[in-house]
Amino acid sequence: MQKQEFTITVYTENQVGLLNRIAIIFSRRKINIESLNTSPSEVDSVHRFTIVINEYEEVVRKLCRQIEKQVDVLKAYYNTNDEIVWQELAMYKVPTDVIAEEVKVERLLSQHGAKAVVIRKDYTVFEVSGHREETDKLIEVLEPYGLIEFVRSARVAIIKKSDGFHSKLKEFEYKEPGEHAVENEFLDKNQEVFSM
Amino acid sequence: METLELKKQKTEEVKSKSISGSAAVLEAFLAEGVDTIFGYPGGAIMPIYDALYDYNDRLKHILVRHEQGAIHAAQGYARASGKTGVVFATSGPAATNLVTGLADAMIDSTPVVCVTGQVFAHLLGTDAFQETDVINITTPITKWNYQVTDAKEIPSVLAKAFHIAGTGRPGPVLIDITKNAQLQMIEYSGYEKCTHIRSYRPKPIVRKEYIEEAAKLINEAKKPFVIFGQGVILGKAEKEFIKFIEKGGLPAAWTIMGMSAIPTNHPLAVGMLGMHGNYGPNLLTNECDVLIAVGMRFDDRVTGRLDKYAKQAKVIHLDIDPAEIDKNVKATVGVWGDCKETLPLLTELIQQKVYPQWLKQFKDCTTKEEDKVIKDELNPTGDTLTMGEVINTLNGLTGGDAIVVTDVGQHQMVACRYAHMNQSKSNITSGGLGTMGFALPAAIGAKYGAPDRTVVAIIGDGGVQMTIQELGTIMQFKPDVKILILNNSFLGMVRQWQELFHQNRYSFVDITSPDFVQVAKGYYIDGQSINERSKLKGALQTMLNHKGSYLLEVKVGKENNVFPMVPQGRGVAEIVLGKDEL
Repeated sequence: MQKQEFTITVYTENQVGLLNRIAIIFSRRKINIESLNTSPSEVDSVHRFTIVINEYEEVVRKLCRQIEKQVDVLKAYYNTNDEIVWQELAMYKVPTDVIAEEVKVERLLSQHGAKAVVIRKDYTVFEVSGHREETDKLIEVLEPYGLIEFVRSARVAIIKKSDGFHSKLKEFEYKEPGEHAVENEFLDKNQEVFSM
Repeated sequence: METLELKKQKTEEVKSKSISGSAAVLEAFLAEGVDTIFGYPGGAIMPIYDALYDYNDRLKHILVRHEQGAIHAAQGYARASGKTGVVFATSGPAATNLVTGLADAMIDSTPVVCVTGQVFAHLLGTDAFQETDVINITTPITKWNYQVTDAKEIPSVLAKAFHIAGTGRPGPVLIDITKNAQLQMIEYSGYEKCTHIRSYRPKPIVRKEYIEEAAKLINEAKKPFVIFGQGVILGKAEKEFIKFIEKGGLPAAWTIMGMSAIPTNHPLAVGMLGMHGNYGPNLLTNECDVLIAVGMRFDDRVTGRLDKYAKQAKVIHLDIDPAEIDKNVKATVGVWGDCKETLPLLTELIQQKVYPQWLKQFKDCTTKEEDKVIKDELNPTGDTLTMGEVINTLNGLTGGDAIVVTDVGQHQMVACRYAHMNQSKSNITSGGLGTMGFALPAAIGAKYGAPDRTVVAIIGDGGVQMTIQELGTIMQFKPDVKILILNNSFLGMVRQWQELFHQNRYSFVDITSPDFVQVAKGYYIDGQSINERSKLKGALQTMLNHKGSYLLEVKVGKENNVFPMVPQGRGVAEIVLGKDEL
C-alpha cells in the first residue's frame, strides 16, 4: 500500500466553528490538506466539505471516522480519483498586448480550453477548469509570455456512485434511525468501506 | 371578538413568562436534575451569578479556589454519581483555566457541562477586557461547544449540551454565553429536553450478525481473555458484564479506567492491565486465543508495542464509539454498540464454560508476582514504609467500600494495584491525560456526587502542591474528604525513570514540600504526619474516624520503584518484575 490522493466528502450542518473542528482533525495528526472546499450540497441546509489529501487508505479511513464522530457532522465518505468526477478552476492574468500580437498564444489558449473572462486594454483574465495537471500545464505555457497572476480553486467533486443525500438525511431525521443511520458499514467486510 | 382575543392573550401569558437568559440557564439545570454547581464568579458571568442568588435554595454552588479545581470537582462528581457534572466560570483567564480539565474529561469520557461567560457580543473580536476565543481554544478538547449570543437559544442549546455530554461516549461540552445574552429577557414557556439530534448518533442499533460471530469465536476459544475499560461503568452495565464473564467462565482484567466495574476480589478478576499492571494479564495477553475487549480503547499504556500485542489472538472489540474500533488494534469482529445492550445478547449465545487450566496460568503468574514484588511491597522488612503497605492497611480498615481518588504518579499506580474495591464507581483517577493535581478537587466533587460514601484522596507530594489551594474549598464547604499524602520527597515516577533509563541522573525530581499538616491547620483542617510502621494503622483509623476532613501525611521510602513494568517500547509479554530483569 502506498500514499495516494483521496477526496473526502463530508456532509454537515451549517455551523460556525465546524470548519475549525474538521481542520484540526488533520493538523493534529500533522497531515497536510491539499485542497479544501466548502459549499452547499444538494440538500437545503446541509453543507458539503470536499477535502483532498495524500495519504494511506488506512489513515484516510480513520480520519473519516474521527470526522464523522463530530456532533455536527452527518456523514463522511472518502473516494479515490477514479471514483469521482472532479474539477478545479484556475484563472490566469496575462498582458493583453502579448495575446493580441502573438497568434501563437491565442492558439495555445484555445488548445487548453481557456476562456476569456475579462478583456481589458492592459490585461486579460482567462479561466480553465479541469484537473490539476491541465491547469498546471497552462502556467508553463503562459510563463514565457508574462503571466501576471495565477490562482486555482479547491477541488470540487461528484461521487460517481452516489444517489445523493436526500434519502439519507430523511433517515437521520427520524428519531428511530433507519438503515443508513445505523449502518456500521465499516464493519461490513463485503462492502466497500465508506463508499456509497 | 374582543373577549376571545383577550382570553387567548391570557392563556399565552400563563404559558410563557418573561425571564432573563441567566434564569433560563438555571431553569435548564433544574430540569436536567442538576443539584451541585462548581464555579467561580467574575465579570462576564455576573448576570448568571445574580440569577443564582434567587436559586440558592434549589441549586448548591461550591465556590472553588481556582477554575481548574471547579472542573476537576465536576469530573469527580460525575465519576462518583454517574450524572453530568456542571461548571460555571467567567471569560478570559477563567475559561483558559478550564482547559486542563476539559482535556482530561475528553480523554477519560467524563460527562461535564461548562458554562462560561463571555464579553458582550458587540465586543467579540475587539480584544476586550477578559476576552479570549474560548470556543476555538477548546474545540479539540470538547465533544461539542457552542457560543450563545442570543438568549432565545439558551434553553435549546443547554438541552443539546446535556444530551451530548451524557449520551453515547460521554464527554465535556462547553457553552460560552455572551453577557448581553445573559441579560436579555426572553419569553420562556418551559424547558424541553433534547432527545434527538439528526447529525448525532449516540448509539447504533446492534447488528445481530456481529454478536453471532463474536459468540462463535468465544465458544470455540480455548484460552479466551476479557479486558475491560470504563465503558462498562459509563454504560451502567456492571451486572450485564458480570453475567457475561460468569457464564463464559472468562478471566477478566481491567484497564485503570475500568477498575471497580467488578469487585476486585471477583473469582474471575485477574487484575489490572498496563505498564504497571499485573504480571498475568500482561503476559497472557500474548497467549490467549480470543481477546474480548469491552468498552476500552487500547491505550498505548495498555498495549505496549502494538506490533507485539496479541498477534496470536482473534480480537473481539465491543465499543460504543465506532472510531475506536480498528483504531489501534485491528478487530476480527467489531461490535459497535452500547455494552448494556450488546453484552446480554452475547451472554445469551455463549456456552456455559469453565477453563480451569487457563485460569491456573493466571494464578501461577500471580504467585510469581507475589513472590517477586507484592510480598515485599505489602509486608516490607526494611525500616521505611512502602506505599503498598499503606494501601493494604487502608483496605483492612475500609473493607474496600471507600471511593479512592488518586492523582498521577507512583502512588496512583500503587493504589490502583493494591486497593480493594467492592462496588462500581470506586476508582476515580486521571487515566488518559495523567493530570497531576486532579485528585484533591476531584475528591471534593466525588463527595458531593456520592455523599454517603467515604472518599479518600490519595495524592503524592508533587501533585498535591499543584491544586493545594482547594483546601480552602474544603474549609469553607466542609465536604468530608480524607486526604492521604504519600510523601517520598521526590517526583517519584520521573525519578524512577531517571534511575532506570537515564543512568540515575536525577534532574529536578527532588521536590521539597511544606509542612502539610501546618498548611492544613491554616485551613482549619486537622491532620498529622507519620513515618513509622507502628503508627500506620492507628493513624489511618484516626483519619477515617475523624468527623470531617482530615489530612494524613505518610512519609514513605524515598527511592522505591513500582514494579512490574512494561518498559516503554516493549511488548506486553516483555513485562519485568524487577530492576534486575531490565
